[in-house]
Amino acid sequence: MSSTIEQTASLQKQAVKSKPSVDEEKELSFDLRLKFQRRLDSFFRGLTWSFAALIILILTGIILALIAGSLPSIRAFGFHFVTNPTWDPVREDFGALVPIFGTVVTSFIALLIAVPVSFGIALFLTELSPPALKTPLGVAIELLAAIPSIIYGMWGLFIFAPFLAKYVEPWLIANLGPIPIFGGLFRGAPMGIGVLTSSLILAVMIVPFISAVMRDVFDLVPHMLKESAYGLGSTTWEVVRYIVLPQSKTGVIAGVMLGLGRALGETMAVTFVIGNSHELSTSLLMPGNTISSALANEFTEAVGTLYTSSLIELGLILFVITFIVLALARLLLFRLKKQEGAAT
Amino acid sequence: MNTDRLSETDFFYLKRKIANRLALVLACLMMVLGLSALGAILWTLISNGLPALNLRVFTEMTPPPGESGGLANAIYGSLTMAVLGTLIGTPIGILAGTYLSEYGKDGKMASVVRFVNGILLSAPSVVIGFFIYAVVVTRIGHFSGLAGALSLAIILIPVVVNSTENMLSLVPNSIREAAAALGSPQWKTTIMITYRAAKAGILTGVLLGVARISGESAPLLFTALNNQFWSTNLNQATPNLPVTIFQFAMSPYADWQHLAWAGALLVTFGVLILNISARFILRGRKA
Repeated sequence: MSSTIEQTASLQKQAVKSKPSVDEEKELSFDLRLKFQRRLDSFFRGLTWSFAALIILILTGIILALIAGSLPSIRAFGFHFVTNPTWDPVREDFGALVPIFGTVVTSFIALLIAVPVSFGIALFLTELSPPALKTPLGVAIELLAAIPSIIYGMWGLFIFAPFLAKYVEPWLIANLGPIPIFGGLFRGAPMGIGVLTSSLILAVMIVPFISAVMRDVFDLVPHMLKESAYGLGSTTWEVVRYIVLPQSKTGVIAGVMLGLGRALGETMAVTFVIGNSHELSTSLLMPGNTISSALANEFTEAVGTLYTSSLIELGLILFVITFIVLALARLLLFRLKKQEGAAT
Repeated sequence: MNTDRLSETDFFYLKRKIANRLALVLACLMMVLGLSALGAILWTLISNGLPALNLRVFTEMTPPPGESGGLANAIYGSLTMAVLGTLIGTPIGILAGTYLSEYGKDGKMASVVRFVNGILLSAPSVVIGFFIYAVVVTRIGHFSGLAGALSLAIILIPVVVNSTENMLSLVPNSIREAAAALGSPQWKTTIMITYRAAKAGILTGVLLGVARISGESAPLLFTALNNQFWSTNLNQATPNLPVTIFQFAMSPYADWQHLAWAGALLVTFGVLILNISARFILRGRKA
C-alpha cells in the first residue's frame, strides 16, 4: 500500500523534473509538501499503532492490578485459599472453595440446558424457518443478549424464583428427592432462590450467544454438500446430524466455550437469585455463592486489607478461569478461519 | 418372505421419518422457548414498570425509604457517564481497529491485539471494575463518576475495535488503490475515503457499544457507586440507574421497588432501541 504511494510520488516527481519550464522554487515546495505528507503518514500509522498497543496494555494492566491487589491474601493463605471452604470476615479466615464451586456448578448446569436449546434454535433458523421470518426471529433471539443483566436479576428474583418455588421445586423435591445419591441434588425447602434458579437464568442469558455462533457456522457449510445429501434421500435431521454438525464441529465448540465464558463471569443476575451463602451444599435448591456475586455483594462493604485482598484474589481466580476458557474459544475460532481460508 | 422384507424397509423408513419429525418439532419448541423468554421478560417490565412510570420519575431525586420520589439524578448520572465513556472509548476503539485493518493486517502485532481484544470483549465486567478501582479509586481515595466513565470506556473499546476492523475490511481495496493512484497519502485515504465508505458500519459498532455500557452495573458498583442527591460533579460518587435499580430492587420497601421497575423499564427500552436502530442503520446501508 505505502509502496504504491511512494511509486506514484516518485513518478510524479520525475514528471515534474522532466519539465524544463518548472522553476526551482516550485520544485522545492513540492518536495517539502511530499516530505510533510510522508511525515503525516508515519504519524498516523504510529497513532493507530499506539492505540492498538493500548489494548494490550489494558489487559496486562488488569492482570497486574489483580495480582498486586491479591498479594496480601496470597501471602496469608497461600494455596490453602483455593481449598478452604470457610469464609469468615470476623476471624479473617477466607477460602475460595465455596464461590469457585458455585461458579463452576452454575455455569455447568447452565451449559447443560443452554446447549441443546441453542442447537434447536440454530437448527430452526438455518433449516426450518421461512425465509421471511429468518431475520426477525434471529434478531429477537439476539435481543435476549442485549437485555442488561440487572434486568435478568430482577425478573429472576420477582417472577421466576417465586414461580419455581411454587410449581417446580416442590415437584422436584417430592419426585426426585427420594432417589438415592442423585436425589441429594434436590433436597431442602422450595425457596426459589438458589443454585438451580441461578443456573436457569444463566442458561437464558447465554442462549443468544451460543445460538448466534451456531447459526453462523451452520450457514458456512457448503450448500453443495447439503444438497448432495438431500439428493440421496436424507431427511433434514440426517443432513444436520451427519453433514452439518461434523462440518461445523470446531465452530460449535467455540460457540459453547464463548457461552461458558459469559456464564462464568456473569455478575448481577446471579447476585439477585443465588442467595449469597458461604455454606457448601450438595442440593441445587439451597442458596450458594459464585465468585462474581460474592464480589458484588461484599466488596463495597469489605473492611480491612485482608478482606479486600481476599475478594480481589477471588476476582483474579475468576479472571484466570475465564481467560483460559475464552483463549481456547478464540484459538478454535482462529483455526476455523484459517481452515476456511485454506478451503477457498 | 417378500412381504416380510418390504415391511422391514417400511419400518426403517418409518423410524427415520419419526426421528426427523421429532428433531424438527423439538427445534421449533426450542425457538418458542427462546421467544417466550424474551416475551416474558418484556411483559414483566411493561406490566410492572408502566404503572410506576410518571413525570415525577424524571423530575424528582431518589427518595429515602418510605417517601415518594423519582430517578432524575440517577438518569442524569447514567447519561453523563455513558456519554463520557463513549467519548473516551470511541476514538481509541476506532484508531485501534484502523491499525488492525489498514496497517497490521496479518502481522504478529495485529494477531496479538486481535486475540487480546477478543478476551477483553467477553471478560467479566466485574473484573474491569476492579481494575479501575485499583488504579483510580484507591489512588484518589473516593468513588467517582469519572472512574465509572473510564470503566465503561474499557468495556466499550473492544466492541468498537471489533466492528471497526470488520467494517473497514469490507471496503473494497480498489477504492484505496484508486485514491493512491491519484496521489493521496495513506492517512488521507483512510480518513477521507475508507472511513466514509465504512461510516454506517462504524456507527453501528459504536451504537452497539453504547447499548452495552448503558445497562452495565457491575463495574459501576466499584467505581461510581451511588449517590442520593443531584450531583453534577463527576469527581465524586455519582448516582446512576443500574446501581440504583440494584439497591432499590433488593430493598424491602415497596416505594423503592416500584421505582426500580420504572428504572428497569427505562434502561431496557433504551438499550433495545439503541440495538434495533443500530441494526436498521446497517440494513439501510446494505440495501
